[in-house]
Amino acid sequence: MGYEPQDDLGTPAVVSDRVVTLMIDGRAVCVPEGTSVMRAAAECGGAIPKLCATDNLEAFGSCRMCLVEIEGRKGTPASCTTPAEEGMSVHTQTARLAKLRKGVMELYISDHPLDCLTCSANNDCELQDTAAQVGLRDVRYGFEGENHLGQMPDLSNPYFLFAPDKCIACSRCVRACDEVQGTFALTIEGRGFGSKVSAGQADDDFLGSECVSCGACVQACPTSALMEKSVKQLGKPERSVITTCGYCGVGCTFRAEMKGDQLVRMVPWKDGKANRGHSCVKGRFAWGYANHKDRVRSPMIRESIDQPWREVGWDEALGFAAGRLNAIREEHGARALGGITSSRCTNEETFLVQKLVRAGFGSNNVDTCARVCHSPTGYGLKTTFGTSAGTQDFDSVMDSDVILVIGANPTDAHPVFASRMKRRSRQGAKLIVIDPRRIDLVRSPHVEAAHHLPLRPGTNVAVLTAMAHVIVTEGLADTAFIGERCEVDAYQDWARFVSDAKHAPETLEPVTGVRADELRAAARLFATGGNSAIYYGLGVTEHSQGSSTVMAIANLAMATGNIGRRGVGVNPLRGQNNVQGACDMGSFPHELSGYRHISDADTRALFEDDWGVALDPDPGLRINNMIDAALDGSFRAIYIQGEDILQSDPNTQHVAAGLAAMDCVIVHDLFLNETANYAHVFLPGSTFLEKDGTFTNAERRIQPVRRVMDPANAPDGDGLEDWQVTQALANALGLDWNYTHASEILDEIARLTPTFAGVSWDRLDREASLQWPVNEAHPDGSPTMHVDGFVRGKGLFVVTDYVPTDERTGPRFPLLLTTGRILSQYNVGAQTRRTANTLWHECDELEMHPVDAENRGLSDGDWTRLASRTGETTLRVKITDRVAPGVVYTTFHHPETQANVVTTEYSDWATNCPEYKVTAVQVTPSNGPTGWQEDYAELSARARRIAPAEPAE
Amino acid sequence: MDIERLHYMANQIAANFAVQGEDSAIAATAAHITSFWDPRMKSQIIKSERSGLSPIAAAAVASLG
Repeated sequence: MGYEPQDDLGTPAVVSDRVVTLMIDGRAVCVPEGTSVMRAAAECGGAIPKLCATDNLEAFGSCRMCLVEIEGRKGTPASCTTPAEEGMSVHTQTARLAKLRKGVMELYISDHPLDCLTCSANNDCELQDTAAQVGLRDVRYGFEGENHLGQMPDLSNPYFLFAPDKCIACSRCVRACDEVQGTFALTIEGRGFGSKVSAGQADDDFLGSECVSCGACVQACPTSALMEKSVKQLGKPERSVITTCGYCGVGCTFRAEMKGDQLVRMVPWKDGKANRGHSCVKGRFAWGYANHKDRVRSPMIRESIDQPWREVGWDEALGFAAGRLNAIREEHGARALGGITSSRCTNEETFLVQKLVRAGFGSNNVDTCARVCHSPTGYGLKTTFGTSAGTQDFDSVMDSDVILVIGANPTDAHPVFASRMKRRSRQGAKLIVIDPRRIDLVRSPHVEAAHHLPLRPGTNVAVLTAMAHVIVTEGLADTAFIGERCEVDAYQDWARFVSDAKHAPETLEPVTGVRADELRAAARLFATGGNSAIYYGLGVTEHSQGSSTVMAIANLAMATGNIGRRGVGVNPLRGQNNVQGACDMGSFPHELSGYRHISDADTRALFEDDWGVALDPDPGLRINNMIDAALDGSFRAIYIQGEDILQSDPNTQHVAAGLAAMDCVIVHDLFLNETANYAHVFLPGSTFLEKDGTFTNAERRIQPVRRVMDPANAPDGDGLEDWQVTQALANALGLDWNYTHASEILDEIARLTPTFAGVSWDRLDREASLQWPVNEAHPDGSPTMHVDGFVRGKGLFVVTDYVPTDERTGPRFPLLLTTGRILSQYNVGAQTRRTANTLWHECDELEMHPVDAENRGLSDGDWTRLASRTGETTLRVKITDRVAPGVVYTTFHHPETQANVVTTEYSDWATNCPEYKVTAVQVTPSNGPTGWQEDYAELSARARRIAPAEPAE
Repeated sequence: MDIERLHYMANQIAANFAVQGEDSAIAATAAHITSFWDPRMKSQIIKSERSGLSPIAAAAVASLG
């Protein structure tokens, strides 16, 4: 694909059952009723000049360029704000219009610097194009009058600049911030000739404002007033490639705009069905880590972890790894070996790692980072609905009347989808937020939740059971849906259970901390407010009752009939780009791809025939079991692709001890991460920009990832995509794999996985995305699941008793710590910490309520010691009433903080997903880093040494 | 593996199934361990001294052995 901006039809598409036919410049065109004349003209090949109109914003009618003449009407109406009507006859190019447009354009240009040849938007500028369209040849007014030229640019944002002298005050940036992003950070200050785009107050710059740096304004700007700094530096791109973002589970698609092998900018793709042309600060701008100096560009090995690394070629590294793996298997058996797949890697890469473990190592000891985030979703939704996935596509939220958000903070962790939620909320949908913190969806500009239930961390099940109590006892359950679609006996058992007076909101108020009247009102709204949808995140799953909470959510949706159509459903917001895919691909130790249990002989036979090996019929170890087993010597070797378990898993010191006990730790990653401090083999990885494959987002949407540059993980063109590295390791073990492209692995996945039967690289290339299941029953994929029946047949209500966590507060540890993510950083921060995103978040902070801070004599910004029964760390305190008294909150983006030194080994009863969200802690003033932090910093520096290369003879 | 950790896990599973009634909870706990535990974990808990297990967990483990 060459570099051309995407078509812009001027105003948004309209959905209507009725079609109108009109004539435009003598051409007949049929459009849905409500479509603007401007868009109708564009759809039949015309191009009405425009400046303030763009098709991802509502028509504004301010620039006066798009005037048209309509037979039978007076004057020259703006085509962007005039709806097409049946029988209308429109003229878009007449002498009268040409004169008017030229006059308007002349005024614009009289106050615009004519430095086109040196402007960063040269040849990619709508003002320039429009001037050409109208044939402007001179400016009669001259350039000496009052003007806006010579104003200083605002360079404060690290990624884009604002040059007010290039601004034509079209308001597209302000409207993009309002309509698309929903932050309302920008405004036009002043009036008339003094109008000027401003980020907040007159003396605010972009960086210091409420701006979240999503890039929507930059994309909307028709000139170079808002422009990526990378374009200013590098010039106009020459080609673009459509690919899928490697950050969160929203799965935004982007045009990677390239100049040779150089990425110039990432621009959200308007046709992407997950993001609909929107982006966030991470996907849009935070890709600089791909070329960061810390990227490891050579395989490395060492005999033991106290030695420095030695850079070697691929063959030597893989031979060394294979030698160790074979020796361990010989001495201790196949079950001493295992691997971890990555939710950041592609489906194809994930599938190959689990294949390597099962078919190559000979064990089922394969797990994935979903263990520590959404494994309870797998268990809970499979039990109740029959399959482990969200039920809707993202577009569905635009049909929701009530949106219940529990244990998720979408504006920070899933920002592009949060913008859709906020847009729907502005259209009138009601929000119910169940979260210990006052997240932005509770209250922010133009957002006001109908109900916020600020529960005590660890009481999700009690709150949801109390909501169920209200729904059942007040006769609000959808008995027709339940009778038709669900197992009625199980419903009756459940209804009896939740109806018990001990589950009434009033009884549970002292446990949950949620006011009973507020909870009752929220439950009534959810049951009776129309289409009600539930969105949840890790605040649901990362608890000792994570699986119970997922099932309680499913119960609530079934009880109110909110399953199986648009606008409703149960939707896990996946943390990483390919959590859904990693789970789908058979990354869990008990199941093969498509969620089929390893003990099922027929399924196993399918894989055994295809792979030509016998598979172990027993489930393998989970990540945390692997660490436990390492400490008793029965688990000795691990291949970890794209996960930093030392930083991301709970109880860091326990994980460190487990890794240190192993004979062979192979880390396959972009950087020498924290886990690599304990590794013997380091295999450098490739970024999502350097490989072909597919990611599957939170809505089950499979989307292509395309290689836009060569892998930088080895010099001289020897770089390998991650699946190629896994294949090379397999072949070093004697497996004889011969895939030549990721598409061949996808073919194998489709052959062996019924829900992927209709998926292929060629089809994805044609159709851009497919939502599984894609098979004979659903040839075009499945935007909504469980439409006519549940995957398991009838929906199953499961009684979810509230079994409190054993992690309790007491006199020594009186506060509850909960953890989460912030907008500008991503998980362990390996990528975002290596970008300018650190400007927004340099270090992890501890949020604390003013009352708790005062009791401890703490002021904002003070160093504090955060201690739990497991360990302690230090970090700075941020005093805020976002958290309730008794609750503190932090992020885990920075290895210097090591927030997981304090988290415990308590975990979900069904899946062992760690209980990151509840840790009893004490916070006291501190002078600086703890002994562990200092020791760890020293160990880290020692473990990362690389021996100098020997001079060539 | 640390037997106390395995006992804790089994007790936690049993506690969450307990609401189903004793017989059903024993069967569900046993089925859960069968479906999700690695063989070394299963054999270790089966061989272990079970006084640290709750009645439901103990009965479930007994049914595995």
